[in-house]
Amino acid sequence: MIMKTKIKIENLNLWYGTFQALKNINLEILEKCVTAIIGPSGCGKSTLIRCLNRMNDLIDSVRIEGRIFIDDVNILDDIDVVSLRRRVGMVFQKPNPFPMTVYDNIAYGPRIHGIKDRKTLDKIVENTLKESALWEEVKDKLRTPALDLSGGQQQRLCIARCLAVNPEIILFDEPCSALDPISTGRIEDLIRKLKENYTIVIVTHNMQQAARVSDYTAFMYLGEMLEFDTTKNIFTKPKNEKTESYISGRFG
Amino acid sequence: MNREKLVERILLICALSAIFVIFLIIMFLFKEGLPILKKEGLSFIFGRFWEPSKNIFGALPFIIGSLSVTFLALLIAVPLGLFCAIFLSEIAPGWAESLLRPVIELLAGIPSIVYGMFGLIIIVRAIKVSIGLPTGESVLAGGIVLALMILPIIISISEDSINAVPRAYKEGSLALGATHWQTIRNVIIPSASSGILASVILSMGRAIGETMAVVLVLGNVEMIPRSIFNPAEALTSVILLEMGETPVGGTHYQALFAIGILLFVIVMLLNTASILIRRRMR
Repeated sequence: MIMKTKIKIENLNLWYGTFQALKNINLEILEKCVTAIIGPSGCGKSTLIRCLNRMNDLIDSVRIEGRIFIDDVNILDDIDVVSLRRRVGMVFQKPNPFPMTVYDNIAYGPRIHGIKDRKTLDKIVENTLKESALWEEVKDKLRTPALDLSGGQQQRLCIARCLAVNPEIILFDEPCSALDPISTGRIEDLIRKLKENYTIVIVTHNMQQAARVSDYTAFMYLGEMLEFDTTKNIFTKPKNEKTESYISGRFG
Repeated sequence: MNREKLVERILLICALSAIFVIFLIIMFLFKEGLPILKKEGLSFIFGRFWEPSKNIFGALPFIIGSLSVTFLALLIAVPLGLFCAIFLSEIAPGWAESLLRPVIELLAGIPSIVYGMFGLIIIVRAIKVSIGLPTGESVLAGGIVLALMILPIIISISEDSINAVPRAYKEGSLALGATHWQTIRNVIIPSASSGILASVILSMGRAIGETMAVVLVLGNVEMIPRSIFNPAEALTSVILLEMGETPVGGTHYQALFAIGILLFVIVMLLNTASILIRRRMR
């Protein structure tokens, strides 16, 4: 089976002021696969995925060079960032539901994109909650504040909220770092299931997590991408000695 | 007793003196004003005529005068202040912020009598000329002057509460493909709403208690204003204007103290509400 490249990063460099956080990154991400980015804290992995939905635009001092193609369009050009972010969803490190009801959290995205019909919204809420394996737990609590849910439920709600705008790519920025092991397990199951329909990029500092959920793994160190291969190869026969000592737990 | 303890005691006494002063103020206010409130009852609050020479004391014209200028001021200052706060916290580039912030702080520091003089010379005259009234001194003039005065309160407290909205909410909204303005309107403002409400209530207390600025521009007529173009008199103005010519201890004197009680209670309630809302926010 030949898989299609969804995202292609070419010679990407990024500076925060004078500090260079990303150094000449090249990476191809395949459609409907899970690609994990691992590396020690501060290696630039979050910075890298925040380039993919132009979230770094929010920081004044950022300067970016290079090209990132999504479906052959360079998203670093002068493109419509709003529609890019609709196609490239993001789930954050700490669950960040809005201080509204469960229902309104999910309906938020569709509403701002112009869907007003109640029945359509109801359908979206139900479908995305089912897709994110949260429906059974919250179907009677759709009108309660989202902040009353547990941390793990909140994170799955954020995933549902992201699915509600029908993205093609979902970026996970250390989605489990604030969660307990059981909630983490649920999210990982979910990620494996979501890859049937979505292209997934996940940043994690938990190597076991990368091994469990991803098809491809990239190892980053001090702003450089040292190695990229199938997850199996990275974890069984890494070529770079830095990768090897990181995954065997000698630093990080 | 060692030195350390002595210093602690002295500081405690200083701190308690604030409570003592409040207690004294309440005591004197109620001692002078309560008898007439008891005697006249609700007719003091709802009485439509204030004629000290005939011993008729109805404070309704002043209550309506105060409330109408206050609400008019809020009507002008709340949208203006809110947009200003949004601009400062979300949109303003660095240079605009460093220019605007000191100006707003300066606005808060201007003595109220200066606002009154400005109002008398510029606003009253402008109203008189542009609308063609016999006199520009009116509820409208008072509302505009008060709006300028409470603007800094609304801006600074609203801005604080907008800045206190977690960054994660903003990022979450933008990541869903919302525009900056959609994010401000649908996520940031609702999350900051209790702080914004607190600022509105606090500035309402400030507006009702304000004296010097309104006495100069309101016209001070002891009648219930029919429209915002009529002159009126505020609760604070009556006390200021009549206290000097009133024999100490007489009924008129007591009536003025009773107005003081009204003001005290209103402002106290508003401040408490504002504090409670802000505390719940944290």
